[in-house]
Amino acid sequence: MSAAVPTAIGQPNLTAIGFFVLFVVVTIGITWWAARRTATTEEFFAAGRAISGRQNGFALAGDYMSAASFLGIAGLVSLSGFDGLIYSTGWLVGWPVVLVLIAEPLRNLGKYTFSDVVAFRLRQTPVRVAAAFGTIAVISLYLIAQMVGAGNLIKLMFGLSYETAVMIVGVVMIAYVLFGGMIATTWVQIVKAALLLAGAALLTLLVLAQFHYSPTQLFAAAADRYGEAVLAPGKLVSNPWDAVSLGLALMFGTAGLPHILMRFYTVPDAKAARQSVFWATGLIGVFYLMTFVLGFGAMVLVGKEAITAVDKGGNMAAPLLAEVLGGTGLLGFISAVAFATILAVVAGLTLSGAAALSHDLWVSVVRKGHADHAEQLRVARGATLLLGALAILLGIAFRGQNVAFMVGLAFAVAASGNFPALVLSVFWRRATTAGMVAAIVSGTAAALVLVYLSPTIQVDVLHREGAWFPLKNPALVTMPLSFVVGIVVSLLRPEAAALEAYDHKERRMILGEQ
Amino acid sequence: MELAALARRRWRMAIALSALMVVIYFGFILLIAFDKPAMGARLGPGLSVGIVLGALVIVLTWATTWYYVRWANRHLDAAVQRLRDGRS
Repeated sequence: MSAAVPTAIGQPNLTAIGFFVLFVVVTIGITWWAARRTATTEEFFAAGRAISGRQNGFALAGDYMSAASFLGIAGLVSLSGFDGLIYSTGWLVGWPVVLVLIAEPLRNLGKYTFSDVVAFRLRQTPVRVAAAFGTIAVISLYLIAQMVGAGNLIKLMFGLSYETAVMIVGVVMIAYVLFGGMIATTWVQIVKAALLLAGAALLTLLVLAQFHYSPTQLFAAAADRYGEAVLAPGKLVSNPWDAVSLGLALMFGTAGLPHILMRFYTVPDAKAARQSVFWATGLIGVFYLMTFVLGFGAMVLVGKEAITAVDKGGNMAAPLLAEVLGGTGLLGFISAVAFATILAVVAGLTLSGAAALSHDLWVSVVRKGHADHAEQLRVARGATLLLGALAILLGIAFRGQNVAFMVGLAFAVAASGNFPALVLSVFWRRATTAGMVAAIVSGTAAALVLVYLSPTIQVDVLHREGAWFPLKNPALVTMPLSFVVGIVVSLLRPEAAALEAYDHKERRMILGEQ
Repeated sequence: MELAALARRRWRMAIALSALMVVIYFGFILLIAFDKPAMGARLGPGLSVGIVLGALVIVLTWATTWYYVRWANRHLDAAVQRLRDGRS
């Protein structure tokens, strides 16, 4: 760290530790309360379907607003200005798609996982195995990004060792999910979303107060200091194909993220599922508008040089801004909120992975649907422990790696593997088992292979000269590929039983369970 | 209204609004890709066309979800209720 930048970042911060311990105590209290209400699989995976639309809207926002989007976008804006807005909008525009295409049919057709919906009128075993593969691929990529981010962030903010940070996140998260299931996970998300929104709102107000509560005065101050270029598009969208491909992944990936989809099962009916997306879209949009203001605030009040001196990627822009505005106290609060954010997101991811392993693979495939509640819960908790341990191991294994691309990749896999099969199986009468399995497997595998061959891995990670595949994000190729494969294979391998059962599926999709 | 017709109507609404979002977002991205000077043009001190359009994308995203929720609350729920009642 440069001596020219006096900051408390990187030293143990008593306020941060205090707030963080308080958050853990409160959330473990919630978990204890939730554990006494978690006796069945419906409670463990779907919070007894008793979460209201508005509560689920906050929880969806909590699942979605990761530390990467808070610290990452504020950082990107603080260094390159306008370009950050490209990401903010990309992350938001997927929500209407979730609302109009996915939320209500999913709630009406499924039980715990999105493969319930794909497998509804198809043969269980092949579809469940393929969907669990798609789920685990997305979850693992997302977990790696979150755990490595957690390790780095906490090391930077609290001065703890990387491994200690990863272990703390892993162990606390396992406690939430293992004992409190979806009830605890939902309330942890709600508390986290409220804290994150409140923290961001407080910072935004403090920033704007210095500019007569006028965002344009803030932007003008940034332009005075760093030139008009900060208000115009910069280097981020240099290749239009890259931009469109990433845009597709963000827009349709949201509708294929297992931990987001699972949330729709926690509400009582389709109407509440609809309301929850309305709330989530509002909250997430406000959040991204605030991060844009915070980024510019950091650019002007902290300065680009001071931000890059602490972290080259700009990730500490928001915490540094907090320190400038409110001293170590506010820095501590914002650091603790960022830590809490990661904890909540990994809990949601782990729970959805556990649902895929236990509900899709164990109960539906291995036991052919004949497992009593006690066994289902045992397996679900075993899967939680397994995935929690995996998350810790992945976090440690990927230490020091550049994993910034993994969230984008997770969205690409979700958009290419899960989303096409979900849409085709719900809305297309002639979808078949073979077609949906082929769509999930081809989309997921193609996305993973093409990312490996892309500049993202070949140039940025392996430092090679060039890459075989030109696009940084594969969705532009792999999402249409998955749709085409799903349609062609379905037409080549018709399935009479699936065709006949469509009317029943359509009735249930519209009317719900009767 | 019979169920299949309602399902078709819901599907048309879903596709229209999804297509609208595609046009809004990719229109924004392609403007950035192909006409950076226009996006950087200033509308006043501290305000560029790009920032206004970016904020507009967020507002239109809200408007789209609001429009669907209003449509579904008014029309879809009532039709679903009629179908349910007619059946029982």
